[in-house]
Amino acid sequence: MSVSKASKPLTLETLLPKIVLAPTTVAMLVCMYGFMLWTGALSFTKSRMLPQWEFVGWDQYARLFSNPRWDVALNNLLIFGVLFIAISLLIGLVLAIFLDQKIRGEGAIRTIYLYPMAVSFVVTGTAWKWILNPGLGLEKLMIDLGFENFEFRWLVEPDMAIYTIVIAAVWQSSGFVMAMFLAGLRGVDDSLIKAAQIDGASPFRAYWHVILPILRPVFFSAIVILSHIAIKSFDLVQALTGGGPGYSSDLPANFMYTFAFNRAQMGLGGASAMVMLMGVLAILVPYLYSELRGQRNGQ
Amino acid sequence: MASKTQFSAGRALIYAFLLIMALLYLTPLYVMIATSFKDIEEIRSGNLLALPQDPTLYAWIKAWSSACTGSECEGLAPFFMNSVKIVVPAVLLSTIIGALNGYVLAKWRFRGSEVLFGMLLFGCFIPFQVVLLPMARLLAELGLANTVTGLVLVHVVYGLAFTTLFFRNFYVSVPTELVKAAQLDGAGFFAIFRHIFLPVSLPIFVVTIIWQFTQIWNDFLFGVVYSGPGTQPITVALNNLVNTSVGGKEYNVDMAAAVIAALPTLLVYIFAGKYFVRGLTAGAVKG
Repeated sequence: MSVSKASKPLTLETLLPKIVLAPTTVAMLVCMYGFMLWTGALSFTKSRMLPQWEFVGWDQYARLFSNPRWDVALNNLLIFGVLFIAISLLIGLVLAIFLDQKIRGEGAIRTIYLYPMAVSFVVTGTAWKWILNPGLGLEKLMIDLGFENFEFRWLVEPDMAIYTIVIAAVWQSSGFVMAMFLAGLRGVDDSLIKAAQIDGASPFRAYWHVILPILRPVFFSAIVILSHIAIKSFDLVQALTGGGPGYSSDLPANFMYTFAFNRAQMGLGGASAMVMLMGVLAILVPYLYSELRGQRNGQ
Repeated sequence: MASKTQFSAGRALIYAFLLIMALLYLTPLYVMIATSFKDIEEIRSGNLLALPQDPTLYAWIKAWSSACTGSECEGLAPFFMNSVKIVVPAVLLSTIIGALNGYVLAKWRFRGSEVLFGMLLFGCFIPFQVVLLPMARLLAELGLANTVTGLVLVHVVYGLAFTTLFFRNFYVSVPTELVKAAQLDGAGFFAIFRHIFLPVSLPIFVVTIIWQFTQIWNDFLFGVVYSGPGTQPITVALNNLVNTSVGGKEYNVDMAAAVIAALPTLLVYIFAGKYFVRGLTAGAVKG
Protein backbone atom coordinates (compact mmCIF):
# COMPACT_ATOMS: atom_id res chain seq x y z
CA MET A 1 0.00 0.00 0.00
CA SER A 2 2.97 2.28 0.50
CA VAL A 3 3.39 5.09 -1.99
CA SER A 4 7.03 5.75 -1.28
CA LYS A 5 8.14 2.68 -3.21
CA ALA A 6 7.37 4.50 -6.45
CA SER A 7 10.43 6.73 -6.16
CA LYS A 8 13.69 4.82 -5.99
CA PRO A 9 16.58 7.30 -6.02
CA LEU A 10 17.85 8.36 -2.64
CA THR A 11 16.97 12.05 -2.47
CA LEU A 12 15.96 14.35 0.32
CA GLU A 13 12.35 13.84 -0.76
CA THR A 14 12.48 10.06 -0.29
CA LEU A 15 14.21 10.48 3.05
CA LEU A 16 11.67 13.00 4.36
CA PRO A 17 9.25 10.48 5.89
CA LYS A 18 12.07 8.96 7.89
CA ILE A 19 13.43 12.35 8.90
CA VAL A 20 9.97 13.37 10.11
CA LEU A 21 9.65 10.24 12.23
CA ALA A 22 13.21 10.40 13.54
CA PRO A 23 12.66 12.68 16.57
CA THR A 24 9.66 10.65 17.74
CA THR A 25 11.57 7.41 17.22
CA VAL A 26 14.49 8.64 19.27
CA ALA A 27 12.21 10.00 22.00
CA MET A 28 10.30 6.72 22.10
CA LEU A 29 13.39 4.51 22.17
CA VAL A 30 15.05 6.59 24.88
CA CYS A 31 12.15 7.82 27.01
CA MET A 32 9.95 4.73 26.88
CA TYR A 33 11.97 1.62 26.20
CA GLY A 34 15.34 2.91 27.36
CA PHE A 35 13.87 4.27 30.57
CA MET A 36 12.00 1.04 31.17
CA LEU A 37 15.27 -0.88 30.95
CA TRP A 38 16.98 1.73 33.14
CA THR A 39 14.33 1.36 35.82
CA GLY A 40 14.55 -2.42 35.48
CA ALA A 41 18.32 -2.32 35.95
CA LEU A 42 17.97 0.12 38.83
CA SER A 43 15.65 -2.28 40.62
CA PHE A 44 18.54 -4.78 40.84
CA THR A 45 20.87 -2.28 42.51
CA LYS A 46 21.13 -0.91 46.02
CA SER A 47 20.44 2.68 44.85
CA ARG A 48 18.99 5.03 47.41
CA MET A 49 19.41 8.80 46.99
CA LEU A 50 21.33 8.43 43.73
CA PRO A 51 21.66 5.66 41.19
CA GLN A 52 24.46 3.41 42.26
CA TRP A 53 25.33 0.56 39.95
CA GLU A 54 26.19 -2.08 42.46
CA PHE A 55 24.02 -5.05 41.66
CA VAL A 56 22.36 -6.94 44.47
CA GLY A 57 20.21 -9.41 42.55
CA TRP A 58 16.62 -9.73 43.68
CA ASP A 59 17.24 -8.06 47.06
CA GLN A 60 15.01 -5.05 46.37
CA TYR A 61 12.16 -7.32 45.32
CA ALA A 62 12.61 -9.37 48.47
CA ARG A 63 12.55 -6.15 50.52
CA LEU A 64 9.51 -4.99 48.58
CA PHE A 65 7.45 -8.08 49.21
CA SER A 66 8.38 -8.21 52.86
CA ASN A 67 7.38 -4.56 53.31
CA PRO A 68 4.00 -4.42 55.12
CA ARG A 69 3.18 -1.16 53.37
CA TRP A 70 3.54 -2.79 49.93
CA ASP A 71 1.39 -5.62 51.18
CA VAL A 72 -1.33 -3.15 52.13
CA ALA A 73 -1.00 -1.39 48.76
CA LEU A 74 -1.39 -4.65 46.82
CA ASN A 75 -4.35 -5.71 48.95
CA ASN A 76 -5.95 -2.32 48.41
CA LEU A 77 -5.40 -2.61 44.68
CA LEU A 78 -7.19 -5.95 44.73
CA ILE A 79 -10.16 -4.57 46.70
CA PHE A 80 -10.24 -1.33 44.75
CA GLY A 81 -9.73 -2.99 41.35
CA VAL A 82 -12.39 -5.65 41.78
CA LEU A 83 -15.05 -3.32 43.22
CA PHE A 84 -14.27 -0.41 40.92
CA ILE A 85 -14.42 -2.59 37.81
CA ALA A 86 -17.48 -4.60 38.85
CA ILE A 87 -19.56 -1.61 39.98
CA SER A 88 -18.56 0.56 37.01
CA LEU A 89 -19.48 -2.26 34.61
CA LEU A 90 -22.82 -2.84 36.29
CA ILE A 91 -23.83 0.83 36.45
CA GLY A 92 -22.47 1.54 32.97
CA LEU A 93 -24.35 -1.39 31.47
CA VAL A 94 -27.67 -0.64 33.17
CA LEU A 95 -27.50 3.04 32.24
CA ALA A 96 -26.64 2.17 28.64
CA ILE A 97 -29.48 -0.35 28.28
CA PHE A 98 -32.01 2.08 29.76
CA LEU A 99 -30.70 4.97 27.66
CA ASP A 100 -31.05 2.81 24.56
CA GLN A 101 -34.87 2.68 24.95
CA LYS A 102 -35.48 5.70 22.68
CA ILE A 103 -35.34 8.06 25.64
CA ARG A 104 -36.32 11.69 25.23
CA GLY A 105 -33.50 14.04 26.10
CA GLU A 106 -31.00 11.21 25.78
CA GLY A 107 -28.24 13.59 24.68
CA ALA A 108 -28.58 15.77 27.77
CA ILE A 109 -28.73 12.80 30.15
CA ARG A 110 -25.70 11.20 28.51
CA THR A 111 -23.80 14.47 28.88
CA ILE A 112 -24.58 14.48 32.60
CA TYR A 113 -23.38 10.90 33.13
CA LEU A 114 -20.15 11.61 31.31
CA TYR A 115 -19.08 15.02 32.64
CA PRO A 116 -17.07 13.68 35.62
CA MET A 117 -14.66 12.23 33.05
CA ALA A 118 -13.67 15.79 32.08
CA VAL A 119 -12.42 16.81 35.53
CA SER A 120 -9.15 15.72 37.07
CA PHE A 121 -8.90 13.06 39.76
CA VAL A 122 -7.53 15.73 42.08
CA VAL A 123 -10.74 17.73 41.75
CA THR A 124 -12.79 14.55 42.20
CA GLY A 125 -10.82 13.68 45.31
CA THR A 126 -11.21 17.18 46.74
CA ALA A 127 -14.97 17.16 46.17
CA TRP A 128 -15.52 13.74 47.73
CA LYS A 129 -13.23 14.53 50.62
CA TRP A 130 -15.69 17.26 51.52
CA ILE A 131 -18.84 15.24 50.78
CA LEU A 132 -17.70 12.23 52.83
CA ASN A 133 -16.28 14.41 55.58
CA PRO A 134 -17.21 12.95 58.97
CA GLY A 135 -19.05 15.58 60.92
CA LEU A 136 -20.12 18.14 58.34
CA GLY A 137 -20.59 16.07 55.19
CA LEU A 138 -22.94 13.24 54.32
CA GLU A 139 -23.25 12.36 58.00
CA LYS A 140 -24.68 15.77 58.92
CA LEU A 141 -26.98 15.69 55.91
CA MET A 142 -28.51 12.38 56.97
CA ILE A 143 -28.89 13.55 60.56
CA ASP A 144 -30.61 16.73 59.31
CA LEU A 145 -32.92 14.50 57.27
CA GLY A 146 -33.96 12.74 60.46
CA PHE A 147 -31.63 9.75 60.68
CA GLU A 148 -30.33 10.76 64.06
CA ASN A 149 -27.88 7.91 64.59
CA PHE A 150 -26.47 7.93 61.10
CA GLU A 151 -22.70 7.44 61.06
CA PHE A 152 -20.42 7.69 58.09
CA ARG A 153 -16.74 7.94 58.98
CA TRP A 154 -15.08 5.81 56.30
CA LEU A 155 -12.54 8.55 55.53
CA VAL A 156 -11.01 8.24 58.99
CA GLU A 157 -11.38 4.49 59.43
CA PRO A 158 -8.30 2.56 58.27
CA ASP A 159 -10.39 -0.46 57.28
CA MET A 160 -12.86 1.56 55.24
CA ALA A 161 -10.84 4.41 53.66
CA ILE A 162 -10.14 2.40 50.49
CA TYR A 163 -13.90 2.15 49.84
CA THR A 164 -14.21 5.94 49.65
CA ILE A 165 -11.76 5.76 46.76
CA VAL A 166 -14.00 3.18 45.09
CA ILE A 167 -17.00 5.53 45.43
CA ALA A 168 -15.20 8.52 43.93
CA ALA A 169 -13.62 6.48 41.13
CA VAL A 170 -16.94 4.89 40.16
CA TRP A 171 -18.55 8.33 40.05
CA GLN A 172 -15.81 9.54 37.73
CA SER A 173 -15.53 6.56 35.37
CA SER A 174 -18.88 4.77 35.16
CA GLY A 175 -20.24 7.29 32.65
CA PHE A 176 -17.42 6.36 30.35
CA VAL A 177 -18.34 2.69 30.61
CA MET A 178 -21.92 3.71 29.83
CA ALA A 179 -20.69 5.45 26.66
CA MET A 180 -18.80 2.32 25.57
CA PHE A 181 -21.77 0.04 26.12
CA LEU A 182 -24.13 2.49 24.44
CA ALA A 183 -21.90 2.54 21.36
CA GLY A 184 -21.93 -1.25 21.44
CA LEU A 185 -25.72 -1.42 21.78
CA ARG A 186 -26.18 0.96 18.85
CA GLY A 187 -24.38 -1.61 16.75
CA VAL A 188 -26.85 -4.34 17.74
CA ASP A 189 -29.70 -4.97 15.33
CA ASP A 190 -33.04 -3.99 16.94
CA SER A 191 -34.79 -6.87 15.24
CA LEU A 192 -32.81 -9.29 17.40
CA ILE A 193 -34.59 -8.08 20.53
CA LYS A 194 -37.95 -8.02 18.81
CA ALA A 195 -37.42 -11.58 17.56
CA ALA A 196 -36.55 -12.73 21.06
CA GLN A 197 -39.62 -11.01 22.48
CA ILE A 198 -41.90 -12.50 19.84
CA ASP A 199 -40.54 -15.86 20.94
CA GLY A 200 -42.00 -15.00 24.33
CA ALA A 201 -38.81 -13.95 26.13
CA SER A 202 -39.15 -11.17 28.70
CA PRO A 203 -37.07 -8.04 27.99
CA PHE A 204 -34.72 -9.10 30.77
CA ARG A 205 -34.19 -12.55 29.26
CA ALA A 206 -33.84 -11.07 25.80
CA TYR A 207 -30.99 -8.89 26.98
CA TRP A 208 -29.41 -11.62 29.07
CA HIS A 209 -29.40 -14.31 26.39
CA VAL A 210 -29.24 -12.35 23.15
CA ILE A 211 -27.66 -8.93 23.67
CA LEU A 212 -25.07 -9.50 26.38
CA PRO A 213 -23.23 -12.22 24.43
CA ILE A 214 -22.98 -9.81 21.48
CA LEU A 215 -21.50 -7.17 23.79
CA ARG A 216 -18.74 -9.51 24.92
CA PRO A 217 -15.98 -7.53 23.11
CA VAL A 218 -17.16 -4.31 24.82
CA PHE A 219 -16.92 -6.08 28.19
CA PHE A 220 -13.35 -7.07 27.41
CA SER A 221 -12.29 -3.59 26.32
CA ALA A 222 -13.99 -1.99 29.30
CA ILE A 223 -12.34 -4.40 31.74
CA VAL A 224 -8.92 -3.77 30.21
CA ILE A 225 -9.36 0.00 30.35
CA LEU A 226 -10.75 0.00 33.89
CA SER A 227 -8.04 -2.28 35.23
CA HIS A 228 -5.50 -0.05 33.55
CA ILE A 229 -7.01 2.97 35.32
CA ALA A 230 -7.02 1.03 38.59
CA ILE A 231 -3.35 0.03 38.42
CA LYS A 232 -2.29 3.57 37.56
CA SER A 233 -4.54 5.26 40.15
CA PHE A 234 -2.48 7.77 42.06
CA ASP A 235 -3.97 11.28 42.01
CA LEU A 236 -7.30 10.23 43.45
CA VAL A 237 -5.74 8.60 46.51
CA GLN A 238 -3.35 11.52 46.95
CA ALA A 239 -6.21 14.04 46.94
CA LEU A 240 -8.93 12.08 48.74
CA THR A 241 -7.15 10.27 51.57
CA GLY A 242 -3.47 11.05 51.08
CA GLY A 243 -3.04 7.29 51.45
CA GLY A 244 -4.29 7.52 55.02
CA PRO A 245 -5.24 7.09 57.76
CA GLY A 246 -1.60 6.04 58.15
CA TYR A 247 -0.94 4.19 54.91
CA SER A 248 -4.16 2.21 55.02
CA SER A 249 -5.47 3.41 51.64
CA ASP A 250 -2.18 3.42 49.69
CA LEU A 251 -2.17 1.97 46.19
CA PRO A 252 1.02 0.71 44.46
CA ALA A 253 1.46 3.99 42.54
CA ASN A 254 1.41 5.92 45.82
CA PHE A 255 3.88 3.48 47.35
CA MET A 256 6.19 3.97 44.38
CA TYR A 257 5.99 7.76 44.60
CA THR A 258 6.56 7.82 48.36
CA PHE A 259 9.58 5.54 48.32
CA ALA A 260 11.20 6.78 45.12
CA PHE A 261 10.79 10.50 45.73
CA ASN A 262 10.10 11.19 49.40
CA ARG A 263 12.18 8.52 51.05
CA ALA A 264 15.12 8.35 48.65
CA GLN A 265 14.73 4.61 48.07
CA MET A 266 15.34 4.51 44.33
CA GLY A 267 16.02 0.79 44.10
CA LEU A 268 12.89 -0.12 46.03
CA GLY A 269 10.81 2.42 44.08
CA GLY A 270 12.15 0.99 40.83
CA ALA A 271 11.26 -2.53 41.91
CA SER A 272 7.70 -1.49 42.74
CA ALA A 273 7.40 0.26 39.36
CA MET A 274 8.56 -2.90 37.59
CA VAL A 275 5.96 -4.98 39.44
CA MET A 276 3.31 -2.48 38.28
CA LEU A 277 4.56 -2.80 34.70
CA MET A 278 4.35 -6.58 34.91
CA GLY A 279 0.79 -6.26 36.20
CA VAL A 280 -0.18 -4.10 33.23
CA LEU A 281 1.53 -6.48 30.81
CA ALA A 282 -0.25 -9.48 32.31
CA ILE A 283 -3.57 -7.85 31.40
CA LEU A 284 -2.50 -6.22 28.17
CA VAL A 285 -0.58 -8.87 26.27
CA PRO A 286 -3.40 -11.43 26.12
CA TYR A 287 -5.83 -8.65 25.20
CA LEU A 288 -3.70 -7.21 22.40
CA TYR A 289 -2.95 -10.72 21.18
CA SER A 290 -6.62 -11.60 20.86
CA GLU A 291 -7.43 -8.17 19.36
CA LEU A 292 -4.77 -8.45 16.67
CA ARG A 293 -5.67 -12.03 15.88
CA GLY A 294 -9.32 -11.05 15.64
CA GLN A 295 -8.47 -8.20 13.27
CA ARG A 296 -6.42 -10.44 11.06
CA ASN A 297 -9.17 -13.03 10.85
CA GLY A 298 -11.73 -10.32 10.24
CA GLN A 299 -9.94 -8.76 7.29
CA MET B 1 -54.98 -2.20 26.91
CA ALA B 2 -53.45 -3.93 29.91
CA SER B 3 -50.17 -4.43 28.14
CA LYS B 4 -50.21 -0.78 27.08
CA THR B 5 -50.44 0.52 30.65
CA GLN B 6 -47.83 -1.93 31.83
CA PHE B 7 -45.66 -0.74 29.00
CA SER B 8 -45.89 2.90 29.98
CA ALA B 9 -45.49 2.12 33.67
CA GLY B 10 -42.27 0.36 32.72
CA ARG B 11 -41.16 3.38 30.74
CA ALA B 12 -42.00 5.68 33.63
CA LEU B 13 -39.76 3.56 35.85
CA ILE B 14 -36.95 3.76 33.32
CA TYR B 15 -37.27 7.54 33.13
CA ALA B 16 -37.39 7.81 36.91
CA PHE B 17 -34.28 5.68 37.27
CA LEU B 18 -32.37 7.62 34.62
CA LEU B 19 -33.32 10.95 36.19
CA ILE B 20 -32.41 9.88 39.72
CA MET B 21 -29.05 8.69 38.46
CA ALA B 22 -28.56 11.98 36.61
CA LEU B 23 -29.25 13.85 39.86
CA LEU B 24 -26.75 11.63 41.69
CA TYR B 25 -24.07 12.38 39.09
CA LEU B 26 -24.79 16.09 39.34
CA THR B 27 -24.82 16.20 43.14
CA PRO B 28 -21.04 16.48 43.70
CA LEU B 29 -20.83 19.40 41.28
CA TYR B 30 -23.83 21.05 42.93
CA VAL B 31 -22.31 20.53 46.38
CA MET B 32 -19.01 22.04 45.23
CA ILE B 33 -20.63 25.12 43.75
CA ALA B 34 -23.13 25.60 46.61
CA THR B 35 -20.41 25.21 49.25
CA SER B 36 -18.14 27.67 47.46
CA PHE B 37 -20.74 30.44 47.91
CA LYS B 38 -21.32 29.87 51.62
CA ASP B 39 -19.45 31.36 54.53
CA ILE B 40 -17.90 29.16 57.18
CA GLU B 41 -20.70 29.83 59.65
CA GLU B 42 -23.30 28.60 57.19
CA ILE B 43 -21.25 25.50 56.37
CA ARG B 44 -21.16 24.60 60.06
CA SER B 45 -24.85 25.18 60.65
CA GLY B 46 -26.34 23.96 57.37
CA ASN B 47 -25.83 20.78 55.38
CA LEU B 48 -24.35 19.72 52.04
CA LEU B 49 -27.47 20.16 49.96
CA ALA B 50 -28.72 23.41 51.45
CA LEU B 51 -28.69 26.36 49.09
CA PRO B 52 -26.45 29.25 50.15
CA GLN B 53 -28.68 31.58 52.20
CA ASP B 54 -26.47 34.60 51.84
CA PRO B 55 -24.19 33.95 48.82
CA THR B 56 -20.72 35.43 49.16
CA LEU B 57 -17.72 35.61 46.86
CA TYR B 58 -15.34 35.47 49.81
CA ALA B 59 -14.21 31.88 49.10
CA TRP B 60 -13.70 32.52 45.39
CA ILE B 61 -11.61 35.62 45.97
CA LYS B 62 -9.54 33.91 48.63
CA ALA B 63 -9.04 30.74 46.52
CA TRP B 64 -7.95 32.79 43.54
CA SER B 65 -5.67 35.32 45.18
CA SER B 66 -4.72 34.66 48.80
CA ALA B 67 -5.22 31.05 49.92
CA CYS B 68 -2.11 29.21 51.12
CA THR B 69 -0.75 26.45 48.92
CA GLY B 70 2.13 25.53 51.15
CA SER B 71 4.55 28.15 52.40
CA GLU B 72 3.30 30.87 50.06
CA CYS B 73 -0.19 32.35 50.17
CA GLU B 74 -0.96 33.80 46.76
CA GLY B 75 -4.00 31.73 45.89
CA LEU B 76 -4.35 29.66 42.74
CA ALA B 77 -3.84 32.49 40.25
CA PRO B 78 -0.08 31.99 39.66
CA PHE B 79 -0.56 28.22 39.34
CA PHE B 80 -3.41 28.67 36.92
CA MET B 81 -0.97 30.66 34.80
CA ASN B 82 1.66 27.93 35.19
CA SER B 83 -0.80 25.39 33.86
CA VAL B 84 -1.60 27.64 30.90
CA LYS B 85 2.12 28.04 30.19
CA ILE B 86 2.58 24.28 30.27
CA VAL B 87 -0.58 23.30 28.42
CA VAL B 88 -0.47 25.64 25.43
CA PRO B 89 2.97 24.74 24.03
CA ALA B 90 2.67 21.07 25.02
CA VAL B 91 -0.68 20.68 23.27
CA LEU B 92 0.43 22.51 20.13
CA LEU B 93 3.75 20.68 19.81
CA SER B 94 2.40 17.22 20.49
CA THR B 95 -0.50 17.80 18.09
CA ILE B 96 1.65 19.10 15.21
CA ILE B 97 4.27 16.38 15.58
CA GLY B 98 1.50 13.79 15.93
CA ALA B 99 -0.12 15.02 12.70
CA LEU B 100 3.11 14.64 10.72
CA ASN B 101 3.86 11.27 12.32
CA GLY B 102 0.36 10.06 11.54
CA TYR B 103 0.71 11.25 7.95
CA VAL B 104 3.92 9.27 7.49
CA LEU B 105 2.61 6.15 9.23
CA ALA B 106 -0.60 6.20 7.18
CA LYS B 107 0.70 7.06 3.72
CA TRP B 108 4.50 6.93 3.56
CA ARG B 109 5.16 3.57 5.11
CA PHE B 110 8.67 2.19 4.85
CA ARG B 111 10.25 -0.99 6.05
CA GLY B 112 9.95 -1.02 9.82
CA SER B 113 7.39 1.76 10.06
CA GLU B 114 4.66 -0.65 11.15
CA VAL B 115 6.92 -2.06 13.86
CA LEU B 116 7.62 1.49 14.95
CA PHE B 117 3.91 2.21 15.13
CA GLY B 118 3.33 -0.93 17.17
CA MET B 119 6.06 0.06 19.60
CA LEU B 120 4.63 3.55 19.89
CA LEU B 121 1.15 2.17 20.48
CA PHE B 122 2.47 0.07 23.31
CA GLY B 123 3.66 3.31 24.86
CA CYS B 124 0.02 4.30 25.43
CA PHE B 125 -0.23 1.58 28.02
CA ILE B 126 2.90 1.71 30.12
CA PRO B 127 2.39 2.82 33.70
CA PHE B 128 4.39 6.03 33.89
CA GLN B 129 5.92 4.91 37.17
CA VAL B 130 8.53 2.98 35.17
CA VAL B 131 9.82 6.17 33.52
CA LEU B 132 9.54 8.62 36.42
CA LEU B 133 13.00 8.09 37.93
CA PRO B 134 15.12 8.12 34.75
CA MET B 135 13.14 11.07 33.37
CA ALA B 136 13.96 13.03 36.51
CA ARG B 137 17.64 12.28 35.86
CA LEU B 138 17.39 13.34 32.23
CA LEU B 139 15.67 16.61 33.11
CA ALA B 140 18.37 17.32 35.69
CA GLU B 141 21.11 16.60 33.11
CA LEU B 142 19.44 18.96 30.65
CA GLY B 143 19.12 21.65 33.32
CA LEU B 144 15.35 21.46 33.01
CA ALA B 145 14.50 20.13 36.47
CA ASN B 146 11.64 22.10 38.07
CA THR B 147 11.05 24.20 34.95
CA VAL B 148 8.00 24.81 32.82
CA THR B 149 10.08 23.84 29.76
CA GLY B 150 10.86 20.49 31.37
CA LEU B 151 7.20 19.79 32.00
CA VAL B 152 6.33 20.77 28.43
CA LEU B 153 8.97 18.35 27.18
CA VAL B 154 7.64 15.51 29.34
CA HIS B 155 4.05 16.08 28.22
CA VAL B 156 5.07 16.25 24.56
CA VAL B 157 7.14 13.07 24.73
CA TYR B 158 4.47 11.01 26.48
CA GLY B 159 1.61 12.56 24.52
CA LEU B 160 3.08 11.66 21.13
CA ALA B 161 1.93 8.05 21.24
CA PHE B 162 -1.66 9.23 21.45
CA THR B 163 -1.58 12.11 19.02
CA THR B 164 0.20 9.92 16.45
CA LEU B 165 -2.38 7.18 16.92
CA PHE B 166 -5.28 9.63 16.41
CA PHE B 167 -3.87 11.13 13.22
CA ARG B 168 -2.65 7.86 11.78
CA ASN B 169 -6.06 6.24 12.16
CA PHE B 170 -7.72 9.29 10.64
CA TYR B 171 -5.34 9.64 7.67
CA VAL B 172 -5.51 5.93 6.77
CA SER B 173 -8.96 6.60 5.33
CA VAL B 174 -7.70 9.26 2.87
CA PRO B 175 -7.52 7.48 -0.52
CA THR B 176 -3.97 6.56 -1.46
CA GLU B 177 -4.85 7.26 -5.13
CA LEU B 178 -5.09 10.96 -4.29
CA VAL B 179 -1.54 10.87 -3.00
CA LYS B 180 -0.30 9.01 -6.08
CA ALA B 181 -2.04 11.42 -8.43
CA ALA B 182 -0.50 14.39 -6.64
CA GLN B 183 2.92 12.73 -6.84
CA LEU B 184 2.53 12.32 -10.59
CA ASP B 185 1.77 16.03 -10.74
CA GLY B 186 5.11 16.61 -9.07
CA ALA B 187 3.86 17.44 -5.57
CA GLY B 188 6.28 16.59 -2.78
CA PHE B 189 5.89 15.27 0.76
CA PHE B 190 4.95 18.56 2.41
CA ALA B 191 2.94 19.90 -0.55
CA ILE B 192 0.74 16.80 -0.45
CA PHE B 193 0.31 17.19 3.30
CA ARG B 194 -0.63 20.85 2.97
CA HIS B 195 -2.97 20.59 -0.02
CA ILE B 196 -4.60 17.19 0.45
CA PHE B 197 -4.39 16.27 4.13
CA LEU B 198 -4.56 19.55 6.04
CA PRO B 199 -7.83 20.72 4.43
CA VAL B 200 -9.68 17.61 5.67
CA SER B 201 -8.01 17.52 9.09
CA LEU B 202 -10.10 19.97 11.11
CA PRO B 203 -12.15 17.35 13.01
CA ILE B 204 -9.14 15.28 14.01
CA PHE B 205 -7.24 18.40 15.07
CA VAL B 206 -10.16 19.38 17.29
CA VAL B 207 -10.40 15.88 18.79
CA THR B 208 -6.65 15.69 19.41
CA ILE B 209 -6.33 19.18 20.85
CA ILE B 210 -9.24 18.62 23.22
CA TRP B 211 -7.85 15.25 24.28
CA GLN B 212 -4.37 16.62 24.92
CA PHE B 213 -5.71 19.72 26.64
CA THR B 214 -7.77 17.62 29.04
CA GLN B 215 -4.95 15.15 29.71
CA ILE B 216 -2.30 17.78 30.37
CA TRP B 217 -4.49 20.23 32.29
CA ASN B 218 -5.64 17.39 34.55
CA ASP B 219 -2.20 15.81 34.98
CA PHE B 220 -1.01 15.47 38.53
CA LEU B 221 1.71 12.79 38.42
CA PHE B 222 4.21 14.59 36.17
CA GLY B 223 3.29 17.89 37.77
CA VAL B 224 4.02 16.74 41.29
CA VAL B 225 7.27 14.96 40.36
CA TYR B 226 8.86 17.44 37.93
CA SER B 227 7.76 20.88 39.13
CA GLY B 228 9.36 23.18 41.66
CA PRO B 229 7.81 25.73 44.01
CA GLY B 230 7.38 28.37 41.28
CA THR B 231 6.33 26.09 38.45
CA GLN B 232 3.64 23.85 39.93
CA PRO B 233 0.59 23.26 37.77
CA ILE B 234 -2.86 23.97 39.19
CA THR B 235 -3.66 20.34 40.12
CA VAL B 236 -0.62 20.20 42.40
CA ALA B 237 -1.46 23.61 43.89
CA LEU B 238 -5.05 22.51 44.52
CA ASN B 239 -3.85 19.41 46.31
CA ASN B 240 -1.46 21.51 48.43
CA LEU B 241 -4.16 24.06 49.18
CA VAL B 242 -6.58 21.40 50.38
CA ASN B 243 -3.97 19.61 52.46
CA THR B 244 -2.37 22.72 53.94
CA SER B 245 -3.67 23.12 57.41
CA VAL B 246 -3.14 26.67 58.55
CA GLY B 247 -5.80 27.62 61.05
CA GLY B 248 -9.30 26.22 60.59
CA LYS B 249 -10.35 24.21 57.57
CA GLU B 250 -12.18 26.37 55.04
CA TYR B 251 -14.24 24.00 52.94
CA ASN B 252 -15.76 26.84 50.96
CA VAL B 253 -12.27 27.90 49.82
CA ASP B 254 -11.38 24.29 48.98
CA MET B 255 -14.49 23.95 46.85
CA ALA B 256 -14.01 27.28 45.06
CA ALA B 257 -10.43 26.21 44.32
CA ALA B 258 -11.59 22.83 43.01
CA VAL B 259 -14.14 24.49 40.71
CA ILE B 260 -11.48 26.91 39.44
CA ALA B 261 -9.17 23.99 38.67
CA ALA B 262 -11.97 22.07 36.94
CA LEU B 263 -13.48 24.97 35.02
CA PRO B 264 -11.33 24.99 31.85
CA THR B 265 -11.86 21.31 31.08
CA LEU B 266 -15.52 21.45 32.12
CA LEU B 267 -16.13 24.36 29.74
CA VAL B 268 -14.41 22.49 26.93
CA TYR B 269 -16.63 19.51 27.70
CA ILE B 270 -19.80 21.59 27.73
CA PHE B 271 -19.04 23.37 24.47
CA ALA B 272 -17.26 20.62 22.56
CA GLY B 273 -18.55 17.51 24.28
CA LYS B 274 -19.08 15.69 21.02
CA TYR B 275 -15.38 15.90 20.17
CA PHE B 276 -14.41 15.09 23.73
CA VAL B 277 -16.39 11.86 23.63
CA ARG B 278 -14.93 11.00 20.25
CA GLY B 279 -11.42 11.40 21.62
CA LEU B 280 -12.35 9.35 24.63
CA THR B 281 -13.52 6.42 22.54
CA ALA B 282 -10.63 6.78 20.10
CA GLY B 283 -8.20 6.99 22.99
CA ALA B 284 -10.11 4.36 24.89
CA VAL B 285 -6.99 2.26 25.04
CA LYS B 286 -5.67 4.59 27.67
CA GLY B 287 -8.78 5.37 29.64
